[in-house]
Amino acid sequence: MNRWVVLLAGALFGAGITISGMGNPAKVQNFLDIAGAWDPSLALVMGTALLVATPGFFWVLKMSSPRYAEKFSLPTKKDIDGKLLLGAVLFGMGWGLSGLCPAPALVAILTGIPSFFIFLAAMFAGMFVFRFVLEPQK
Amino acid sequence: MIIETVFTPIEAIAGGALIGLSAVVLMWSVGRIAGISGIVAGAILESGDERYWRLIFLGGLFLGALIAAVTSGALSGVTPVANTPVLIVAGLLVGIGTRMGSGCTSGHGVCGISRFSLRSVVATCVFMASGVATVFVIRHLLGEGV
Repeated sequence: MNRWVVLLAGALFGAGITISGMGNPAKVQNFLDIAGAWDPSLALVMGTALLVATPGFFWVLKMSSPRYAEKFSLPTKKDIDGKLLLGAVLFGMGWGLSGLCPAPALVAILTGIPSFFIFLAAMFAGMFVFRFVLEPQK
Repeated sequence: MIIETVFTPIEAIAGGALIGLSAVVLMWSVGRIAGISGIVAGAILESGDERYWRLIFLGGLFLGALIAAVTSGALSGVTPVANTPVLIVAGLLVGIGTRMGSGCTSGHGVCGISRFSLRSVVATCVFMASGVATVFVIRHLLGEGV
């Protein structure tokens, strides 16, 4: 593994979230308010990311293996099951309430505002709950 | 509370391009999906190499965000849109929901859709609809509510 390339990928991601304004939960919540103070910025962020990632993945996944790893680690599940749907519903509710999804939640703590840290702690707690209480067999 | 924002197309395109580039660089280099919920969960719950690359990625994420925030001022004036009890409930929902649903805005919304994964297309439509419905309820049915 080339740790500098992974660090660079992380830095590009963090810079992208920040520059796009997605570190601001007001912009994200306003994107979801299509009946009110709609701010379409998030759609353009996601659309542009897809315009870059779609041909990028097409090209990268033609390689026999990644540059610094033995193989590509791609999701193997194919079925649309209840867990996928319920998980997406619950995530969407939390996203709508707070204007925060995982990457912006990390970026937002750079403001130093205590309640952003509390959100992040609750998100970690939710991940623990799923791992050890809701699905302890794995 | 409702904080008005304006459409920022230039910043959205620039930031979106960087996010897409990040996903391609991570796949090209170590063959991994740039899904932040999975990376955060793995950084907390995994061990050894599985934890190590995720910690490096997250270190880079903070570094990149910090540099971008300082140079662009993008985080100045940013405040939460909900009070602390609501943020706690929301954080729990995001943590549980992203794990149960195997991904979030980055993993499903960017990486999954760009690989033409049907699961990711469905998940993205569902969490978008759920988010829109939630905001509709708190802003238009409950007033400013929370």
